[in-house]
Amino acid sequence: MAVIDTDALWQVLDGVPDPEIPVVSVVDLGIVRDVTPERVTVTPTYTGCPATLVIEQDIRAALDSAGYRDVRIETVLSPPWSTDWISESGKAKLHAYGIAPPSDARTATCPQCGSVDTEELSRFGSTPCKAQWRCRACLEPFDRFKCH
Amino acid sequence: MATVAADNVLFETLLRLGDDSLILGQRLGEWCGHAPSVEVDLSLANFGLDLIGQATLFLNAAGAVEGQGRDGDKLAFHRDVLDFRNCWLVEQPNGDFAQTMARQFLFSTWQELLFRNLEGSADETIAAIAAKAVKEVRYHAELSAEWVIRLGDGTEESRRRMAEGLEWHWRFVPELFEMDALATEAATRGVGADVSLFRADYDRRVRSVLAEATLAAPKDQRPILGGRRGHHGEHLGHVLAVMQFLPRTYPDAVW
Repeated sequence: MAVIDTDALWQVLDGVPDPEIPVVSVVDLGIVRDVTPERVTVTPTYTGCPATLVIEQDIRAALDSAGYRDVRIETVLSPPWSTDWISESGKAKLHAYGIAPPSDARTATCPQCGSVDTEELSRFGSTPCKAQWRCRACLEPFDRFKCH
Repeated sequence: MATVAADNVLFETLLRLGDDSLILGQRLGEWCGHAPSVEVDLSLANFGLDLIGQATLFLNAAGAVEGQGRDGDKLAFHRDVLDFRNCWLVEQPNGDFAQTMARQFLFSTWQELLFRNLEGSADETIAAIAAKAVKEVRYHAELSAEWVIRLGDGTEESRRRMAEGLEWHWRFVPELFEMDALATEAATRGVGADVSLFRADYDRRVRSVLAEATLAAPKDQRPILGGRRGHHGEHLGHVLAVMQFLPRTYPDAVW
């Protein structure tokens, strides 16, 4: 059996989109914690995120179709996922998609017009990882990835 | 309960944790599509989702410890009411929105302190679930406290309803801090929490929020205990009837 190149595995995984926010990959989101020739280690974002199972199935399908049938997928809870694990390119993709990426700033930057004159409408949004915000400048509502 | 079977402590501890989350998650699901506003609807659905997520992890772990082939789904959908180990607080009916928020505030404030404690559990799985979930539970505690304040310090009507909600649930708080033989054994082994350690912190937090809500704490009532040993109120059976109907009617159904 040929030696498995982990760089190639990372590349396959980077092609697996998040089912809820398909503009970013599971690698961008920091869901993939570790890759070895035997095993891909993943961690859920939120405890109750319904996408967790779909993500695992999607990763399995991607690995299988790239010929990595023997690479196992292992789920770990610890250390708990945090938004710090979202890559810089992932944050840029979120912003371009219309979702304000997580940041320590008190207000979000509006992904439509770039204003920082924004306010939180509700701490919970369309998915567990996002809050609902509104821009006071362009008046558009938008999602903000919660700092977590 | 005179003695506790040694190998049963971890299983029962996981059931208590998982059943609290499961039943409250199911209760919150009843609000879906009925909340006062779409934002609140999303909040309650998200709370429920977090809780069901916790329940899945705790009950899967319980099934693994038991080693008889039961997983989280089996434990959730194929146990009868006497086998449930949740506290009385979480099985209480939703009532109106104020009553739901009063219940959530009293529970989530406790659960946040509990999970902080359990992050140091000697059981790696419990520690990992607690560390993961505590970040979410903090949101539940904060948001429900905001509603206690907003409704308590609101109109005459909202104030009356919040006071009634707190009054109703107050009698179920002592159970959260009960240390029976099993809880004591679990704490001694370092896998479960000694809940008495954060009772003072809990009381302080609750009273501070009530003060901000300009509400007096309800008078202490005769505590109602027994949920941890399978003694439940009339409500839990109805919760289970709805929750378990489908998997019991169609046992071979899969997601």
